[in-house]
Amino acid sequence: MNTLVAIFLAFLVLLSPASASANRVELIGAGATFPYPLYSKMFDVYWKQAGVKVNYQAIGSGGGIRQLTNMTVDFGGSDAFMSDEELARAPARILHIPICLGAVALTYNLPGNPKLKFTPNLIAAIFLGKITKWSDQGIAEVNPEVKLPGLAITVVHRSDGSGTTFVFTDYVSKVSGEWEKKVGRGKAVNWPVGLGAKGNPGVAGLIKQLPGALGYVELIYALHNGMPVAAIQGRNGSFVQPSVASTTLAANVPLPEDTRISLTDTVAPGGYPISSFTWILVYKEQAYRGKPMEKAEALVNLLWWMTHEGQEYTEPLDYAPLPAEASGKAERIIKSITYNGSQVLK
Amino acid sequence: MGARSSSNSSAARPRVPGLRAESAFQKALFVCAVAIVVLLTAIFLSLLLHSFPSLRSFGLSFFLGTAWDPVSRQFGALPFLVGTLLTSFLSLLICLPFSLSISIFLGEYFTEGALSSFLKNVTELLAGIPSVIYGFWGLFALVPVVRKIEMNLGIPPYGVGIFTASLILSVMIIPYAASIGREVITLVPSDIKEAGYSLGATRQEVITKIILPYARSGIMAGILLALGRALGETMAVTMVIGNSNILPHSIFSPGNTMASVIANEFTEATGRLYLSSLIEIGLLLFLVTLVINITGRYIIKKIGIEA
Repeated sequence: MNTLVAIFLAFLVLLSPASASANRVELIGAGATFPYPLYSKMFDVYWKQAGVKVNYQAIGSGGGIRQLTNMTVDFGGSDAFMSDEELARAPARILHIPICLGAVALTYNLPGNPKLKFTPNLIAAIFLGKITKWSDQGIAEVNPEVKLPGLAITVVHRSDGSGTTFVFTDYVSKVSGEWEKKVGRGKAVNWPVGLGAKGNPGVAGLIKQLPGALGYVELIYALHNGMPVAAIQGRNGSFVQPSVASTTLAANVPLPEDTRISLTDTVAPGGYPISSFTWILVYKEQAYRGKPMEKAEALVNLLWWMTHEGQEYTEPLDYAPLPAEASGKAERIIKSITYNGSQVLK
Repeated sequence: MGARSSSNSSAARPRVPGLRAESAFQKALFVCAVAIVVLLTAIFLSLLLHSFPSLRSFGLSFFLGTAWDPVSRQFGALPFLVGTLLTSFLSLLICLPFSLSISIFLGEYFTEGALSSFLKNVTELLAGIPSVIYGFWGLFALVPVVRKIEMNLGIPPYGVGIFTASLILSVMIIPYAASIGREVITLVPSDIKEAGYSLGATRQEVITKIILPYARSGIMAGILLALGRALGETMAVTMVIGNSNILPHSIFSPGNTMASVIANEFTEATGRLYLSSLIEIGLLLFLVTLVINITGRYIIKKIGIEA
């Protein structure tokens, strides 16, 4: 009985937020699932270093944007930048701070899992349902060294709304006029062909089960699970293997001041064409809803840390770090955050 | 009881708190019952309220439209409506022979003993397995089997699709139909069964001519409960149905149900119309369940034996 009470009390102590950090600041964020492993590593290290606790809920980019516009979180996370329309609907000005880069890889299930190459046209044709067999002439021409089976191609896509889908469809929309007209870009689209599965694990699971399947998953997910990934032809005609390095290279393009740019179909030589930033979204003016100055300071310091010292945690987890130009832009944006009109960063 | 008798012996005064407790108990019951009705109405109203933008822009075409295109903001729910009805009724069809056999076997042939209660518990245990486990089992065990069948039939061997989802659903709903069926079969009065036997009927004849007709409204109620469960099942179905928003053209095509499209797309639905369309699908599911339940009640009443 006594031990039960003791366990119960210990539990209460663990649960109560006040006991551990009576005067410490706690920041709340919500959003994209893609950077979640990186963020939880970063926030854990940051908590040990700076004593600021960050609670990040990986509820998806859309949810993060919704919660930020409702002002229920301190920051949002998103794999797709907010559209002008979405920004206009927000109650105040929102800033995008790039944290790292991610890529979307094409993965497949073929006997022996040979290394495959795809051109942008091939990808569009397959996902539009125009190429239905692996033995198709077009695929064979790009992959002369691979003997392709006569299997049917089963396209596998995400069934849940997802930033990964946005990045992928954004790429296909850029390389194929027909796709842009018929399907377009979005977190969920009206897929002309194929099967849907929930989340990266769902897509990967279905691909592993279905001989002849082809789908897209986050590069990290493919790498961690030893799945074959296809090289994709870049703007300059050479084929780029997806990797952390080629993903970072994709951001070597002139960036706009607010960093709201789609990096897909990048012109940067050697850059993997289906790459994207992932952003943290914050309000430019932090004095809202009675938010104390300490919280705004903690948030700004956290953002600075994530875009500087925190970058060393990206590569061990297979995330692509920010290139120099992007982190310069990020610095300027973080400096522009204000509290009652005056700059927060000291 | 002890307290009651002691209070009786010591004058009339302590009876009043007893009465008060009685009426408080009655009130609590009443409040709980009313709360359910209020809650149901509130759910309906909030669904209606939030689906208003979509109701206004699409009207009736929402229920007949086949395109679900979040990019161009065109929303039609017919593929999901068809998917839900197809998987639910197909699973009911598959589940019927099994659940009926189980209920007859456990209700009539094998009513007592360790083996009977073991079988009974195993059947009921099926209802307790979380649906995500069914989904995993379906994905890893059932999908390859269905793929083999599809290969032999010469249709695209996806393995996932409406048929696979119906198979999973049928396993999930068997316990609901079976346990209520068993219950009502054991309740069939033994004097009318014995009357049947004394007239020279065989056991099979007693079952088909006396027990089943007598118990049919109860069996129907079990089926209705099972159907309700099948209509709303989300997780397991989502994992094996193929999640294609295109109107299915055969039972082997991939499809999507109302519940699974909501589960899939709700978290990332940005934009008023998109969100509102998803909520309208929720409303539609609510109405479909309601209509099926009312029809079911009507049938139960029609076929019930007047006692």
